[in-house]
Amino acid sequence: MSDEFIIRVHDLRKVYRVGDVDVPALRGVDLAVSRGEFLTIVGPSGSGKSTLFHVLGGLTPPTSGKVYIHGKDLSAMSDAERTNLRKTEVGFVFQKYNLLPTLTAADNIAIARHIASRSDGYDPKFQEVLELLGIAHRLHHKPKALSGGEQQRVAIARAIVNRPSILLADEPTGNLDSENSKIVLGILRDLNTRMGQTILMITHNPEAASYAHRIVHMRDGRIVP
Amino acid sequence: MMLTLVGVCEGMLEDSARRARGVGADIWVSSSTNAIIGLSTAGMSEKYLDFFRKQPHVVAVMGTVIQPVGGVKTVTGIDLDEFNKISGGFKYLAGGPFRNPDDIIVDEYYARENHLHVGSTVQVLNRPWRVCGIVEPGKLARIVIPRRRLQELTANTGKLSQIWLKLDDPSNTQSVIASLKSQLPGYSIISVEELTSLYSVNNVPGLKAFIGVVITLSIVVGFLVVFLSMYTAVLERTREIGILKALGASSAYVLNVIFRETIMLAFAGTIAGIVLSYGSRWLIMAVVPGSLTQKIIPAWWLVAGGIAVTGALVGAIYPAWKAARQDAIEALSYE
Repeated sequence: MSDEFIIRVHDLRKVYRVGDVDVPALRGVDLAVSRGEFLTIVGPSGSGKSTLFHVLGGLTPPTSGKVYIHGKDLSAMSDAERTNLRKTEVGFVFQKYNLLPTLTAADNIAIARHIASRSDGYDPKFQEVLELLGIAHRLHHKPKALSGGEQQRVAIARAIVNRPSILLADEPTGNLDSENSKIVLGILRDLNTRMGQTILMITHNPEAASYAHRIVHMRDGRIVP
Repeated sequence: MMLTLVGVCEGMLEDSARRARGVGADIWVSSSTNAIIGLSTAGMSEKYLDFFRKQPHVVAVMGTVIQPVGGVKTVTGIDLDEFNKISGGFKYLAGGPFRNPDDIIVDEYYARENHLHVGSTVQVLNRPWRVCGIVEPGKLARIVIPRRRLQELTANTGKLSQIWLKLDDPSNTQSVIASLKSQLPGYSIISVEELTSLYSVNNVPGLKAFIGVVITLSIVVGFLVVFLSMYTAVLERTREIGILKALGASSAYVLNVIFRETIMLAFAGTIAGIVLSYGSRWLIMAVVPGSLTQKIIPAWWLVAGGIAVTGALVGAIYPAWKAARQDAIEALSYE
């Protein structure tokens, strides 16, 4: 396999069992994402993009097919191995920010370091990132004291604090107004261009999708041209 | 709850022992060992008082009659002259000795609990008594009345429950006891030192079992409270558990978080229990000082902590297991 692809997916299928009925969510997805690429997946509801997001993030195993993340075969991994993958190789940004409400912004970032068994301190490059995100002065506030845009920027900081191979963002601007959307999308693009962060973003918004290098469309569990 | 109840058990026994020591006698005589906890009625003839007075080394003798008056309360009948000789007498905070047969002397705690002062009327043994004196606590009993009157009222004329002996020298106690035992086989004759040592949980029928029941209840209550609170916490924090799992937290990490929180809860509960036991002691002293006495027993803090941690950990097992097994995707979509 070529090393230039950080994500490589071949004939990926995912079937959910709902009662006695099998519901296919992914019906043979083939995808390759290069290192340092900013890719957007767009598609209507039920097209399978969230399922692809969950499989690539190691949150659920594929039913069949091959998924390689940074050269590691995710389809052959146990639950524990996928958990380890999430510590180091994947960072998540969610539509609803998903910050821990009882912790400060700084602690929300620090807990990701703690889970990954990293030291408490941040490397100088991450300090730069905090400046880039514009939240360095808001780190001692709890999420409820932060605006939606600030919360999402904290979530981005948490997602990349362990220097993951890929950053998965699921509708990162879905809960933001247009001004904050632009700020967050600009930050994602900056992370990609300045730090070479590979980003895979799911969105409904064509304007958001335009920030990516490449747009992939999904429908009915497949990638369509 | 446990610290308070155990403290009350121990406190009541210690208070009884302190009052027995307060008599100032060296030897205690009864027809039954049950009299140790005040459950016997009068079973000895008053004639024994003269018999004991004639014994070598005996310098003072006092006979008492004890009558239960409901719950753990008793009224004690004494002859004040005998009592004064053996103990040096009561220290009166108000009023003075008996002047009439229906006079009653109460200690400060009993007076405070029942809002009594000198001249008040109090109902004991279903009849009114006039409070003639309020005394410092710590000597013999909380409520005392003239012995003769109590003997008449309880149809025990000429009978005694207990006899207390004071010796010329406490070092003669064992030799006098040996002599008395040889002359009065079948009577319970022990030193006051031994008597007070018998005021323990092990010597009160049913008390040890009662404490066992309290401990068991504490474990069950601790288990239920922690089980419900941790179960609720896990449900309320489903989304947060999903976030931790998305960040790469293993099942062991989630279990660790839950159990650490549980142990902290148990320690906080133990500290709260210790503080509350001080609060209950204050409340007892403020409201019912004449009926209950609570002791603070630091040795039980460790036991209470151990029980709290054990009950809490057992109660947290299922919620923790449920949290650790939480599916990350389902948890993240939980509203």
